[in-house]
Amino acid sequence: MQAFDYRRPGTINEADLALKAAPGARLLAGGQTLLPTMKLRLATPDTVIDLSAIASLKGIARKDGGLAIGAMTTHAAVAESADVKGAIPGLAKLAGGIGDPQVRHRGTIGGSVANNDPAADYPAAVLALGATLNTSKRTITADDFFQGLFATALEENEILTEIAFPVPQSFAYAKFDQPASRFALVGVAVARTSGGVRVAVTGAGQGGVFRWTDAEKALSANFSAAALDGLKLDASNVLSDVHGNADYRAHLVGIMARRAVAG
Amino acid sequence: MTDQGIGASVKRVEDLRFITGKGQYVDDINRHGQTYAVFARSPVAHATIKNIDVSEALASPGVLGVYTGADLAADKIGGLICGWMIHSKDGSPMKAGAHPALAQGKVRYVGDHVAVVIAETLDQAKDAAGLIQVDYGELPAVVDVGSAQAAGKAQIHDEAPNNTVYQWHLGDKDATDAAFAKAAHVTKLDIVNNRLVPNAMEPRAAIGDFDPGQDQFTLYTTSQNPHVARLVLSAFIGIAPEHKLRVIAPDVGGGFGSKIFIYAEETVCIWASKKVGRPVKWVAERTEAFLADAHGRDHVTTAELALDASGKILALRANTKANLGAYLSTFASSVPTYLYAPLLSGQYDIPAIYCEVDGVYTTTTPVDAYRGAGRPEATFVVERLLEVAARQTGRDPAEFRRQNFIKSFPHQTPVIMAYDAGDYAASLDKALEMADYKGLAARKAESARKGKLRGLGFSAYIEACGIAPSRAVGSLGAGVGLWESAEIRVNPVGTIEVLTGSHSHGQGHETTFAQVISSKLGVPIEQVSIVHGDTDKVQMGMGTYGSRSGAVGASAIVKAAEKIVAKGKRVAAACMEVPEDSVDFENGEFLGRGTNKKMTFGEVALQAYVAHKFDPELIEPGLKEGSFYDPKNFTFPSGVHIAEVEIDPETGHTRIDRWTAVDDFGILINPMIVEGQVHGGIAQGVGQAMLEHTVYDENGQLITGSFMDYAMPRADDVPSYNVSMTTTPCPSNPLGVKGCGEAGAIAAPPALINAITDALGHEEIAMPATPQAVWRAAQKSVRKQAAE
Amino acid sequence: MTKLSLTINGRRVSADIDSRTLLVDFLRNNQRLTGTHVGCDTSQCGACTVHLDGRSVKSCAVLAASCEGADVMTIEGLADGTTLHPMQAAFREHHALQCGFCTPGMIMAGVDIVNRNGSQVDEATIRKELEGNICRCTGYHNIVRAIESGAAAMAGTKIAAE
Repeated sequence: MQAFDYRRPGTINEADLALKAAPGARLLAGGQTLLPTMKLRLATPDTVIDLSAIASLKGIARKDGGLAIGAMTTHAAVAESADVKGAIPGLAKLAGGIGDPQVRHRGTIGGSVANNDPAADYPAAVLALGATLNTSKRTITADDFFQGLFATALEENEILTEIAFPVPQSFAYAKFDQPASRFALVGVAVARTSGGVRVAVTGAGQGGVFRWTDAEKALSANFSAAALDGLKLDASNVLSDVHGNADYRAHLVGIMARRAVAG
Repeated sequence: MTDQGIGASVKRVEDLRFITGKGQYVDDINRHGQTYAVFARSPVAHATIKNIDVSEALASPGVLGVYTGADLAADKIGGLICGWMIHSKDGSPMKAGAHPALAQGKVRYVGDHVAVVIAETLDQAKDAAGLIQVDYGELPAVVDVGSAQAAGKAQIHDEAPNNTVYQWHLGDKDATDAAFAKAAHVTKLDIVNNRLVPNAMEPRAAIGDFDPGQDQFTLYTTSQNPHVARLVLSAFIGIAPEHKLRVIAPDVGGGFGSKIFIYAEETVCIWASKKVGRPVKWVAERTEAFLADAHGRDHVTTAELALDASGKILALRANTKANLGAYLSTFASSVPTYLYAPLLSGQYDIPAIYCEVDGVYTTTTPVDAYRGAGRPEATFVVERLLEVAARQTGRDPAEFRRQNFIKSFPHQTPVIMAYDAGDYAASLDKALEMADYKGLAARKAESARKGKLRGLGFSAYIEACGIAPSRAVGSLGAGVGLWESAEIRVNPVGTIEVLTGSHSHGQGHETTFAQVISSKLGVPIEQVSIVHGDTDKVQMGMGTYGSRSGAVGASAIVKAAEKIVAKGKRVAAACMEVPEDSVDFENGEFLGRGTNKKMTFGEVALQAYVAHKFDPELIEPGLKEGSFYDPKNFTFPSGVHIAEVEIDPETGHTRIDRWTAVDDFGILINPMIVEGQVHGGIAQGVGQAMLEHTVYDENGQLITGSFMDYAMPRADDVPSYNVSMTTTPCPSNPLGVKGCGEAGAIAAPPALINAITDALGHEEIAMPATPQAVWRAAQKSVRKQAAE
Repeated sequence: MTKLSLTINGRRVSADIDSRTLLVDFLRNNQRLTGTHVGCDTSQCGACTVHLDGRSVKSCAVLAASCEGADVMTIEGLADGTTLHPMQAAFREHHALQCGFCTPGMIMAGVDIVNRNGSQVDEATIRKELEGNICRCTGYHNIVRAIESGAAAMAGTKIAAE
């Protein structure tokens, strides 16, 4: 990879200052996406700010009736957490299905969500559960956060610090693996919240993760796999690639939604 | 059989270094003062090179040299060769264009090697490579093998009009046409044998090292055949005379054929080491390997099978277009011809066969041998035809095969091969039992109750390996002989070194060859070292591929061992003062027949070197013998694989429920190692049949160019395998071994596709049968059933 | 340059490194621990697997600098002198390696799988948890057998040690 200046701040404040001092710097979370990208020279930042020494960014806590997960918490930690398993077991299961064990031991929820890969698992959960994203500057709702392929509402000098999940009545995520990368060819997260049913789809949208509002309406009226009968996702905005054309992906969305509902 | 000899499942001798991280692969080796090479490669599939400007790259920090094809030409460095001449039907020799190690005038595939940067560090070399400016005159890409020969397509090589390298054939056209004319039933299939990227886990690497004091080159290379590399680099490419070029292939992390060939990268590294006066190291990155390693397979075939009313096969006909890629790689021409068509008889008594093969250039990565090399392509054609013909005529696929099996040996097929020995019905019976064929209907019903589709598929394969009798392949166009060499050095205190021309890159020769010595000379394997992979140590060899190391490599060891025993007997006779022809050798001891005199192997070894007890005019001192063994025939492993799958029609996901393999490899030196070879081959076959997709877009860009998009089989893609052996010893070599390294990859794809199509209830699916492909095919079944 | 100080196979190690040095390159080039291998460039193959603070990671996707103060174990650190780790012994016993290139990563992954799933870990779990390790030679059958066997042996060793 190309050379860069390296910073390893110990606090969020230090990270903030480092970011301000180096415009265009990249934040390094778990490195499971950024480092391969830099190795292939598809990303060539002048400065890399490593967040791995900031203890306050790690951890899971019950807070305000919900779950607060620090941005630098690894997928493995979320998957193994008694708090997560107790409050939102489907979220622990999702985390336990990301990548492979080695990836889960390094990859972080903050890194995944801030990157917003259109085939990543977490964005679907964050969107379906209506989570709140806390940053070094402000609070952003899930609905406002995801803004397209690899694009989020995060600004230049803003650090995602914590994701707060309200506890739903139920949450499940069903995923169909892309056989090579083991990312989601299609993944559907279904949450029954106090505000109704939310259905978020990853892997399929040309603009990244999205809410399937037709399914939400149908499931809010009748929460059962049968409620999705006859419902077809419009394939015109669905991704097409060598692993799955739009019609196949659209079909899979329906199947995964049914499986998520069936639990 | 002792617990260390032939037939014993001895735990591997070589494992210790691998399980403790002490292997020595090329990238683990570092030469004092070494520099790093990075290749600049073409980003376009087809173009003239109008200009190359290396000035910025040359001025870049740490750079010692930047070289292009012009520099190689100025030093009279020859191009990369293809070593097998194929003649077309009209008798004309194949039309091959030059294959320079760095492009000259044109680039012909994305990844084609255009220039090299040598720098102090790898990052400096990469930085500089990005500064090389190449002015390309783009030409249309020619990607699809089915249409590459059409008029109006861009010409890739001037020497090959219509991008046609050869138009070859084998068999009797008239007899075949006549048989089809009389047929009661004809089964016709259009078959694509999908292109694969071998992807051994160790990427290719090379270190070139020139010693000006001795005017001598040393090349470390990830090669399956270091002597062949030396021969080609010396005699054809002109790096140095052979005696000034040492080639070392140390621990090599898998090859599967892709590391047979002599590539541009090691050629350039060895040449450049003299130019810059420092060692030059290159290691492929994986995305680079996808472009730069020879690919495998890529045939488009129309095949037909003719039956009479009773179900007897009358004839088989195949027309194949074989994609050779942008240049002819080292063995490329032979794979879709002599390694393919002669296997089109399969295990069956087929009176007439005719096969036409067009070898075609396209602007894609060169294609050459990959595990099975021609035989998977042939077996897929035969076994799909057999299975579909059975289903079309309402016959049980197992019984239909049995009816048509060859039942008497030797059997001369209409396509060169004469099978020496086999019992195909025995393999079939055993496989049917192991697979619980009788219980299939009940299992299908149970799957259906759960909303799943279950299917079972057969593959009765035979292949020809143990390559090869030199005169035979020479008459077919091979440029080299395919014998193997062994030298047995007995040391004075009785330990033994065996220097073999075979090379082990996973096959366990350090163990199996020692087992042969243990059986033949009675020496425990702890006292035996197997030496391979260094042209300074082993005089000459042809290397490991084509499942030849048992049949040919170990046979050479047996022959050398016979000579050791013969000399040992003479030394023992002199020492024991008995007549020369009255000494027997049993269980590691030399016995004076009719006396109670005996000497151990170690005692005789010592005496051979001490040389006090015999007349050196009559017996030379020392105990060291060599053999070059040229096989009498190909060998013919065969067997039956049965795959059973369960498909989720909602998603197209295919789960392999069970895999049964009954293989006949003749005598087994180490059953544990043989089974391991079968396991690995099956996994690669599963990869071809349902996971691995090498996709080029219409501009010749490789879309599936990394593990992110090219699905390598993982542990949860395959089941545990139920593997068993039957034995008909091979009559054509002293050990009776047939070879086993490729059989799994040959047998597996048709078994799996036959199972999937059985589950779907129709035949329309292509490899790889990805979830999307299976889902679409399942939709067709649903629509068909709805229509009925 | 960045200062780095960490423990590798029980030894304290300090070095000044170029910040872009990956952990795998630090191990292979700086520490001459060449048992950890590089098999790909998209962090899929797992040949580079080591243990970082007790957990398996792909060392090609970790900056060495991120390992400040950490505890790293490589394949070279598994054996106790000349006594093989039970997982290493199991790999040899079950012929779970052919070319050996994926093997160090496979063994480190295997030990981690057992650490997290216990000595009775079943075949389906092993196969799933090996998603991050690619082998081209063995077809995985013997690797699964070896990990099952290594798992049982690791339990035996633990009991013996207690």
